[in-house]
Amino acid sequence: MHVTTDHDRCVGSGQCAMQSPEVFDQDDDGLVVVLQERPGAELLEEVHRAVELCPSQSIHVTG
Amino acid sequence: MTQSAEPAGGTASPYPQFPMRRTCPFSEPDEYAGLRADEPVSRASLKVNGKETWLVTRHEHVKQVLGDPRVSSNLKRPGYPHQFHISEEMLAHVRLMMLSMDPPEHTAQRRMLIPEFTARRTKAMRPRIQEVVDERIDAMLAAGGPVDLVQALALPVPSLTICELLGVPYGDHAQFEEWSAALMNHDLSPEEYGAAVQALDMYLDKLVTLKETEPGDDLISRFLEKNRTEQAADHLDVVTMARMMLVGGHETTANMIALGVLALLEHPDHMAELRSDETLLPNAVEELLRVFSISDSGTARVAIEDIEVGGVTIRAGEGILALNNAADHDETVFADPGTLDFHRKEARSHLAFGYGIHQCMGANLARAELEIVYSTLLRRIPGLRLAVPAEELRYKDDAMVYGVYDLPVTW
Repeated sequence: MHVTTDHDRCVGSGQCAMQSPEVFDQDDDGLVVVLQERPGAELLEEVHRAVELCPSQSIHVTG
Repeated sequence: MTQSAEPAGGTASPYPQFPMRRTCPFSEPDEYAGLRADEPVSRASLKVNGKETWLVTRHEHVKQVLGDPRVSSNLKRPGYPHQFHISEEMLAHVRLMMLSMDPPEHTAQRRMLIPEFTARRTKAMRPRIQEVVDERIDAMLAAGGPVDLVQALALPVPSLTICELLGVPYGDHAQFEEWSAALMNHDLSPEEYGAAVQALDMYLDKLVTLKETEPGDDLISRFLEKNRTEQAADHLDVVTMARMMLVGGHETTANMIALGVLALLEHPDHMAELRSDETLLPNAVEELLRVFSISDSGTARVAIEDIEVGGVTIRAGEGILALNNAADHDETVFADPGTLDFHRKEARSHLAFGYGIHQCMGANLARAELEIVYSTLLRRIPGLRLAVPAEELRYKDDAMVYGVYDLPVTW
């Protein structure tokens, strides 16, 4: 699993950081930061949850 | 004011009227299920002015519309589905709030505010919210029942929280609540609405002017400081932003506090479950947000290009109401949507805070307030009960944000 984000689209809802705090955080501007670009399979479900709940469709998962 | 204004144009529309009413506070208007099944993207006529709009009722379509950059939030665009009386002349003079802006103006202002509402910042506000809630419950216990929970707890908690965040003196809160309620009322005349906006703006104008010279440790002062380099807003934009935060920050949460408490009182098994297992609390809050979806038609839009939604073409210039209460009762996403279920896995997929770039900025703060209020009330007033028969409660059927006017409780 490879996680990328679109910083320019992010609206800082923080949903990802709450759904999957090991993979996502918010920087000082409140925008998305990826903590692990290749998280383990055990985090797959919560990462997909973050994708679904992101209001600005800024998170992409491939592989 | 009368409840059913005649269409302004005089000719009756062949379409159903909007808003449609909830017959049960814990559900959606009866018409929505049929619309979702048979005509998920349908036409309706707005009660307030007889103008036509699209209604979008399925979860996937509501998300699609609210996530589409070809759809505008700008209420000055022709075709925007206004839900309260506003004259053309007034519209021309309205300063857009952030929630009515499109990118790039929206992006510039929102970016300056995002740091105020991160998951981390909201968490840091929890101890203070807990203090506020405890103080109000102390006062309730000292006064003794029955009390109106709306006035005693539901309004003051979010009001105090947002006033402290913005740097508004809480001494002025009674005045704010009056203006704020007025701005949410469908049935105000243009003059009454205009007067409420003007009074609030005059107050906030003075406050912003003060903070320009004497900044404090608050959101308005930090916004002004950032704006010195960003230059994304002028003085009037800051006043308008403050009004949006103030109004958005307390009326909504206040209504959810009162309705959530009512739901618990009317569902004693759920209340007992929550009391015995506090880890259920975050999901219970999501489920309550879903069931009530109090800002159903707050997500009004207008297409700026032709778009296709569910096989239907919505033309540029046509208004759209992406109904989140309808989406949040979509049985393809939420099985048995009318049932309150604190264990519901998908509860958080609700769109009660909207979706897309305009999703409620204060959502995390609202969640924190709701969790703290519900849990503290359950713990500290275990014998809480309604002081009147539930049938006597009056609901805000005509307001932009659904709620209950009074909630008399005792213990």
